[in-house]
Amino acid sequence: MAHFEKANSIGEWLDQRLAVNTLKRVMQTEYWIPKDINFLWAMGMVLAATFGILLVSGIFLLMYYQPNIDTAFDSVNYTIMSEVGYGWLWRHIHGVGASIVFLIIYIHMFTGIYYGSYKKGRELIWLSGMGLFVAFSAEAFSGYMLPWGQMSYWAGMVITNLFSGGSLHADGLVEWIRGDYVPGQAFLSRFFMLHVLLIPLAIIGLIVLHFGTLRIPHVNNQEGEEFDYKEAAELYKAGKVKESKVIPFSPVFLSKDIFVMGVYFILFFYLVFYHFGFAMDPVNFDPADGLKTPAHIYPEWYFLWSYEILRPFPTDPGLIAFAFAQVIFFMLPFLDRSPNVAPASRRGAFKFWFWAMLIDMIVLTFMGKLPPEGIWSTIGLVAALAFFVLWIALPIITKTEKKL
Amino acid sequence: MANNTKGRRDFMGMALGGFTALGGIGALYAMKRSWDPLPSVKAAGFTTIDLAPAQDNVLITEKWRGKPIFILKQSKKMMSKVSDETKKRLIEINGAHYMVAVGLCTHLGCIPGYDPTDESFLCACHGGMYDATAEVTKAPPPRGLDIPPFKIEGTKLVLGETGPEYEQMLADGTTMPV
Repeated sequence: MAHFEKANSIGEWLDQRLAVNTLKRVMQTEYWIPKDINFLWAMGMVLAATFGILLVSGIFLLMYYQPNIDTAFDSVNYTIMSEVGYGWLWRHIHGVGASIVFLIIYIHMFTGIYYGSYKKGRELIWLSGMGLFVAFSAEAFSGYMLPWGQMSYWAGMVITNLFSGGSLHADGLVEWIRGDYVPGQAFLSRFFMLHVLLIPLAIIGLIVLHFGTLRIPHVNNQEGEEFDYKEAAELYKAGKVKESKVIPFSPVFLSKDIFVMGVYFILFFYLVFYHFGFAMDPVNFDPADGLKTPAHIYPEWYFLWSYEILRPFPTDPGLIAFAFAQVIFFMLPFLDRSPNVAPASRRGAFKFWFWAMLIDMIVLTFMGKLPPEGIWSTIGLVAALAFFVLWIALPIITKTEKKL
Repeated sequence: MANNTKGRRDFMGMALGGFTALGGIGALYAMKRSWDPLPSVKAAGFTTIDLAPAQDNVLITEKWRGKPIFILKQSKKMMSKVSDETKKRLIEINGAHYMVAVGLCTHLGCIPGYDPTDESFLCACHGGMYDATAEVTKAPPPRGLDIPPFKIEGTKLVLGETGPEYEQMLADGTTMPV
């Protein structure tokens, strides 16, 4: 038995048993964040808060949702929407949250790309973040199946068909994933399980890992400046707060984060209460019908760019292009051959690469929504090809980049 | 540490690791099997369709294993346009020719719509087209609509069972197993 002194306060009692003071120091009061950052650095905590809101609204939806192909549609569109007190609120929060979380993820990603926050010791931050992106994508897709409307059914059909691998014709694999020849009860039940248990568990684990990978290399700053954290921390602790280049994570940085979150949540709840329609596809208000395809099948806006990379090509090259697009962002820290950690504006050709990539993905997103006809088809094809050209060009232009 | 102790520890480590790996493989197999389609789902995979009431150039849609099945009786005029190669796709019963196919686009599984005046199918998802024998005429679909396994019994077709005519289609590459 270890020796314990009598504690004089609850704080001391907890500290003896859990080392809460050490934890607080390592993770809050002496977790140093650079001063030279802007509001884009708050997106991580905005995402964490949005995940929290999705979790809470999901718990309430889970109390009335029925994962059965005969009752799922009505349990969402009738029971939750008209019978459950404030059921509409949870549904609209959950729908809007699922859509907006991707907007913030994309802003968070492109902030990292712009400032070079994936290099020189920060590779694992990028990789765990990409893991989160994949997990959130799977979570969004599995959740989209649950209301069992026309878009749920047909998106489920089309996306699971991707696993046949085109000419590989692996129909057995597709049927195995579905548990049936077509999406049916087995399919709905297992995607329900994935949505409410397995993927959220993975997401929580990945969030912990993502935070962990950040602790040792520290957050990047606006200039990509490398400095002595020990020295800066000593200055701060000595009371020279102005001269120091750092602030503690809590309460100083977090109070800034909470301000940004405040602004964000005003917008968020404005959407929830007044403009939730963008997150609710009208086609999905028809119950699933395996004998009637909707005129246009398109994914939610956040998948459109990769969908548009699949679409202009014949089946096999299309699938290869799609697979490439899904994994290539993982490779970013290794394809960027430049040692410079600096904002893109100071990195020569990379500046143009960054904006070209951002604009290309926006163009792909718009083309993915438009019907594949005439000029839109051509623009989509060009934008898809540009995506590949940009990734092939990245190691070359960063290799020749001047060292700052 | 004495040598014999080390040997004993190594042995225990390897024995534990070995049994854990075995158990892990067993668990993975059980998990894989739990995801398999249920026997009841597989057993429900047979449908009998009577082709006698079919009319020329009128599309009939039936359901087999949850998938739509297209049946299109070819008129004399339509048959005159069919080449010997695409004729292999048709099922002949008492001199009449029928197109029978799974009504899911071979690209990504949407249901194509039939236009009887144009005598062609159009898939709205990605613009693929098929002729009246369900052979592909415009990409992206990689091949014509798949023909379900069938067995001819008089004027009836049993879908899900494999008859000699279907085996012939598989053998000469007219269709793929679905």
